[in-house]
Amino acid sequence: MGNEAIAAGALAAGVSLVAGYPGTPSTEVLETVAKRKPDGVYVEWSVNEKAAMEVAAGAAYAGARSLVTMKQVGLNVASDPLMCVNYIGIKGGMVVFVADDPGPISSQTEQDTRHFGQYAKIPVFDASSPEEAFEMIQEAFDFSEEHGTPVIFRATTRVCHSCASIDVPVFKSPAPAEGFVKDSRWVIFPRLSFESKKRLEAREPKLAELFAAYKRNTVTGHGRIGIACGGVSYAYVMEAIAGREEEFTVFKVATPYPFPTKLAAEFLDGVETCLVIEELDSVLEDALTYMKGNLEIRKEIKGKRDGSVPCAGELSAEIVDGILEKLFGMPRRIQTPAFDDMPSIPVRPPVLCAGCPHRASFYAVKKAMAGKKAVFCGDIGCYTLGNAAPLDMVDTCLCMGAGITIAQGLNHADKASVNFAFVGDSTFFASGITGVVNAVYNQADMILIVLDNSTTAMTGHQPHPGIGRTMMGEVSAAVSIENVLKGIGLEFVRTVDPLDYTKSVEVIKEAAALKGVRAVIFKSPCIAIVKSGAPLAVDSAKCVGCAKCIRELGCPALSFSEKKAVIDETLCNGCGLCAKICPTGCIGREEA
Amino acid sequence: MRSCLLCGVGGQGTVLASRIIAAAAMERGLFARTAETIGMAQRGGCVVSHVRIGEQVPSPLIPPGQADALLGFEPGETVRNLKYLKPDGVVIVGNRAVQPVTAALAGMDYNAETMLDYLKSHVKTCIVLDTDEITRSCGSPKALNVALVGAMARSGVMGLDAKDIETAVRARVKPRFLDMNLKALQYGADCVRG
Repeated sequence: MGNEAIAAGALAAGVSLVAGYPGTPSTEVLETVAKRKPDGVYVEWSVNEKAAMEVAAGAAYAGARSLVTMKQVGLNVASDPLMCVNYIGIKGGMVVFVADDPGPISSQTEQDTRHFGQYAKIPVFDASSPEEAFEMIQEAFDFSEEHGTPVIFRATTRVCHSCASIDVPVFKSPAPAEGFVKDSRWVIFPRLSFESKKRLEAREPKLAELFAAYKRNTVTGHGRIGIACGGVSYAYVMEAIAGREEEFTVFKVATPYPFPTKLAAEFLDGVETCLVIEELDSVLEDALTYMKGNLEIRKEIKGKRDGSVPCAGELSAEIVDGILEKLFGMPRRIQTPAFDDMPSIPVRPPVLCAGCPHRASFYAVKKAMAGKKAVFCGDIGCYTLGNAAPLDMVDTCLCMGAGITIAQGLNHADKASVNFAFVGDSTFFASGITGVVNAVYNQADMILIVLDNSTTAMTGHQPHPGIGRTMMGEVSAAVSIENVLKGIGLEFVRTVDPLDYTKSVEVIKEAAALKGVRAVIFKSPCIAIVKSGAPLAVDSAKCVGCAKCIRELGCPALSFSEKKAVIDETLCNGCGLCAKICPTGCIGREEA
Repeated sequence: MRSCLLCGVGGQGTVLASRIIAAAAMERGLFARTAETIGMAQRGGCVVSHVRIGEQVPSPLIPPGQADALLGFEPGETVRNLKYLKPDGVVIVGNRAVQPVTAALAGMDYNAETMLDYLKSHVKTCIVLDTDEITRSCGSPKALNVALVGAMARSGVMGLDAKDIETAVRARVKPRFLDMNLKALQYGADCVRG
């Protein structure tokens, strides 16, 4: 996998410290380092991306090579240290790995990390395949150390989550770091920043010059149609032009910032017309257009700005093929077969797993608040899926930790409703605690629901501070969510097993009757990390076909057949929620 | 270059199956690329894995109309992804439907037979595997993925044989699941015979 290749590249480059926060499609980089690291490499899941960035910066200050990993929206959280650390510079090579998510497939936004490079004035490497990523990240470490600058290593889903055949060396332990040497250069002050800004501005054209000669920025072919591209778009372009390469000149950009202007000018000079194929934003297109104006080149540039390339969503060889047909009248190489009279297939959105304790938590709150005015603020994690019918229990979702603070804003604007904020355990630690402090300090009226399933489930079950185990496999003190909340000053904090339906409804009703900031922790482990219980079955003689279980729970193990509810025993894990709400008591354990 | 698209529902084991095919290709000294659905869609949503093997593979995603084989873990998803199949491509499909929650809620469950009939009438070679029988004979519904790969190997459509696949399975599954998976390989292969 691309992420494994990136991890292998970092280890081959002698990385000493890796810190990150899980997020699709970035997660497997850090996990692979943890799995394959030689002695002497430290790895941690930090509490969030900002913490990870600062931990990595500290190691780089001490001369160690460090890697920090996150997804694109994680960089928003880490943008404070990112913007500053470039002014300070580093001693050991520091690579900021950020996974972008065109589509988006598993994210809130389609933001483009290449902009962050431009904005923070940090060089950006952009890999086009797993095998290139493996080598490129090693070059990125060398470049970082040589120029004393952190660098961004950007990849996208189809590089991160695609596999390729790669030979991986045996990893050696990293050389010990020199250690931190005290110097005024490590303390950011306005005067130092003024000087640093001048240095960064002066550096940009020099780095652009170096990148123009970088072997992974290439111009190939001598055709009249120029195509500029980077990242996985390069692979789509090569597939779409296969067999007719003589028509094209391909400019592959591996370093979108600083833009390799000199090479770009040679490219533009040699073609009649230019098309820019890139996912997310028009970064390469804008760089080319700016350069064209500066150098007074008269060439047409087609891309996202004129609508030739879709402004959102993933690209593919098929889409590139279609663009070539539309712009240049070239015959299609990729034909989508037409199928008539295809039977209709229902949509299949993702759902909470059968037996997921979040379903029970949402259902208990829904029942307890039935008929009352309430708003349910959601957050980022598996439990965002609680928005789907029939639960319909996520009224807002924005970004990590935001549900807690949005609930407060709603409360200040509208006193009549009871405002709930649902947050997962990992998200609570990542960015929920400050929101709770804010609520207590500003006397908000809200109910915090912590959905504690003892893992970071959505991204593949990573440990977090509440678990008592680190990524190095060591036992650490588990941070108690209940104690944290009590420490902040909450008087009403209850921990309940959501699979105890009656008790759960009771506790929510009790909380709803009070004022101030109240918290209920629904604690039950993710079904993927514990052994599944015996499946339940429907006694079809007793089932009256009311379908309450199906209509109210939306469990994937439940369906309707011949006017009776049926349970798919391959999916059911025996959570028992359906049995508790069945009015006829027809659901029970199958006789062994 | 040969391409195989695997499609199903999150949790059915498409990722392991695509890794096994890619590893088997590497055993043969071929280059392999895969692209997989990982993340939110894994929670019971549609999942698709692309596997492309050969001397050279330009990009990880199979364009429409270019898959030599379509391994369907579920009849509805197989029909949904039929556009990826080559005109003379092979479909290997498990016959048990996994009804989406949306369908159960709307009372719009689809019929697995309708889907299978459509596949049989629109595809030159369609091999149907009995999902429930695999569960019974191998001891777990999780064996479906390897049974599909076993059938794929026997069909020869990807240019890989049973031995390549078996080597890859042995290297990739946990020892306690090995017996189950070897049984599944054999079951899948037997479905293609005659």
